[in-house]
Amino acid sequence: MENERKLTIARAMAEAMAQEMRLDPTVFVMGEDIAELGGVFGNTRGLLDEFGKERVRDTPISETGFIGAAVGAAQDGMRPVVELMFVDFFGVCFDAIYNLMAKNTYFSGGNFKVPMVLMTSTGGGYSDAGQHSQCLYGSFAHLPGMKVVSPSNAYDAKGLMTAALRDDNPVIYMFHKGLQGMGWLGTEAGANVHVPEESYEIEIGKAAIARQGSDVTIVSIAMGVHNALKAASVLEADGISAEVVDLRSLVPLDRETVRASVGKTGRLIVVDEDYHSYGVSGEIIATVCETGVSGLKAPPRRIAYPDVPIPFARVMEQHCLPNPDKIVAAAREMCRVAVPA
Amino acid sequence: MQPTKAELGWMYRTMVISRRFENAIEKIYMEGKSPVFNMADGPIPGEMHLSDGQEPVAVGVCAHLKPEDIVTATHRPHHQAIAKGVDLKKMAAEIFGKASGLSGGRGGHMHLFDADVNFACSGIIAQGMGPAAGGALSRKLQGKPGVAVSFIGEGAANQGAFHETMNLAALWKLPMICVIEDNAWGISVAKSAATSVQKNHVRAASYGIPGHYISDNDPWKIYEVAGEAIERARAGEGPTLIEIETYRLAGHFMGDAEGYRPEGEKDDLFARDPIPAMRQRLLDEATFNAADLDQMESEAQSGVDEAIQFARESADPAPEDALTAVFA
Ligand SMILES: Cc1ncc(C[n+]2csc(CCOP(=O)(O)OP(=O)(O)O)c2C)c(N)n1
Repeated sequence: MENERKLTIARAMAEAMAQEMRLDPTVFVMGEDIAELGGVFGNTRGLLDEFGKERVRDTPISETGFIGAAVGAAQDGMRPVVELMFVDFFGVCFDAIYNLMAKNTYFSGGNFKVPMVLMTSTGGGYSDAGQHSQCLYGSFAHLPGMKVVSPSNAYDAKGLMTAALRDDNPVIYMFHKGLQGMGWLGTEAGANVHVPEESYEIEIGKAAIARQGSDVTIVSIAMGVHNALKAASVLEADGISAEVVDLRSLVPLDRETVRASVGKTGRLIVVDEDYHSYGVSGEIIATVCETGVSGLKAPPRRIAYPDVPIPFARVMEQHCLPNPDKIVAAAREMCRVAVPA
Repeated sequence: MQPTKAELGWMYRTMVISRRFENAIEKIYMEGKSPVFNMADGPIPGEMHLSDGQEPVAVGVCAHLKPEDIVTATHRPHHQAIAKGVDLKKMAAEIFGKASGLSGGRGGHMHLFDADVNFACSGIIAQGMGPAAGGALSRKLQGKPGVAVSFIGEGAANQGAFHETMNLAALWKLPMICVIEDNAWGISVAKSAATSVQKNHVRAASYGIPGHYISDNDPWKIYEVAGEAIERARAGEGPTLIEIETYRLAGHFMGDAEGYRPEGEKDDLFARDPIPAMRQRLLDEATFNAADLDQMESEAQSGVDEAIQFARESADPAPEDALTAVFA
């Protein structure tokens, strides 16, 4: 492509923040190691130099304090962005998130707004064990009052960040470590795509069709989208045409796009790196089943992380993670076996 | 309270074991990670937080502990585990993610657990505090001997769990000691940029308990102050807060470019490396002669070599083992 400007998700996130910070003096960023270091995952690089210490603040390791503070600042007219370094650390600060950030708009009958973005890293696959590798999509999406997004590529990363920063509601922005484009966490090439320089929004709550297909719908988010796309290429050689839906947002959830796709293909696989039970995969399947999408040709399947803590040892972790092979196997079975009437 | 000759020998040997262990891990960690450094690769994947330079804290405190005493450690746990007597072979194997590891490869380097010596870890900052207090409470309720020590970093003293637990331990007069390893940095953030007081031991006043600060990473001084605090806890007089100035000679984790360090800081720290310093003092005070110390060092090295070899030669866990041991 001419004038192609491929960015990593990390750079796309930083660019979106910088652009909004130029326009809107109420936007400021705080978190651990986000200033001088530019974020452990690189997504705040350059912000300190441009905007200075008042607006780009390294915090103590006091998540419940600074996330609670973000809620207060948001209610008082600021638009804070806070980073929870790993989503797994939500345990030490969840009250500020789900009892304050997510409920104060409702409890105040709308006379308080809480326009803030909480960005947090997700995902494993690099042997960091179960306190640093979870996705927890379902845990956040389950609780009402906060929007939840997670990009699979740099274009969406920028547009979703801009939209999140302009939203009058709290947004949980989950970025997958394996997609950040930080070499030390491996690099998923498909995540680094062309990103326009000018500011733009991706509407929160709108899924994207990442690949068109007619035999089976594979619904996923973030890293799962790349696994789904890889599986779809393999399936193509089998003569199975897979459609890949990238949810991009979990709250609000674009149920229409999912239903329309499954209505067309008649088959549904959900790929979710979060735990199998009580999560996104179940929600997507329910979305399809409870509205009686007619003509399901096979029972829906989910390729999710088993309901066990994430182990350190590579062989054990890789055994548990969703991957293209597992998706391919499921799709092959589904496309051969029809559901008996 | 001064360490005996035997205790000094144990302290020195244990510091050397810890350092040699870290040196070995550091080298092996880089296998398979060049020219491209990807954490997922090599015989030891994942994050790696080395404890080089912080050995005096571990030995000065653990010299007073028995296997029955409880230690909770952090994401940087190797020196503490070694000093507490965690089985070095099984620990090495765990760090390699092998079936013969402490937890069969489920935990890895940030999650070392050895029930035989009451040692546990958490990779979540300050989350060793509550379990240490609970262990101390349990000993009190059961009338069983033993104290609990929670090691944390200075960055962890800004976490709610630290303050809540200190208050609880003080309120209930629990046999607990909180040892803060002040290595001046929490990843890239300097202590002075993160902490409202210069030294954390002053915070002991807010719980009405004794607080001590030890400067210069001094094993003798650490031994003395920790010994008194542990004695106090054993006597039922309640908790103590100790902050110890120590040195992080390595990066926060392996792969850390350490661009945030002021120029010359590393050189200065290396010049104050506590292991050569302790060796020199042991010689100066004629506690041991050079031959004694050389022998301790070579024994330490063989122990480490054996552990590493055991880890290398051990089998990987079966992949499906991931699905076991979720429940008791
Ligand atoms: C609750 C929580 N927040 C953040 C982190 C990420 N983190 C890991 S180590 C670290 C710095 C810890 O500093 P300190 O307690 O001083 O220990 P040190 O690393 O210096 O040994 C941070 C912020 C974490 N593991 N847990």
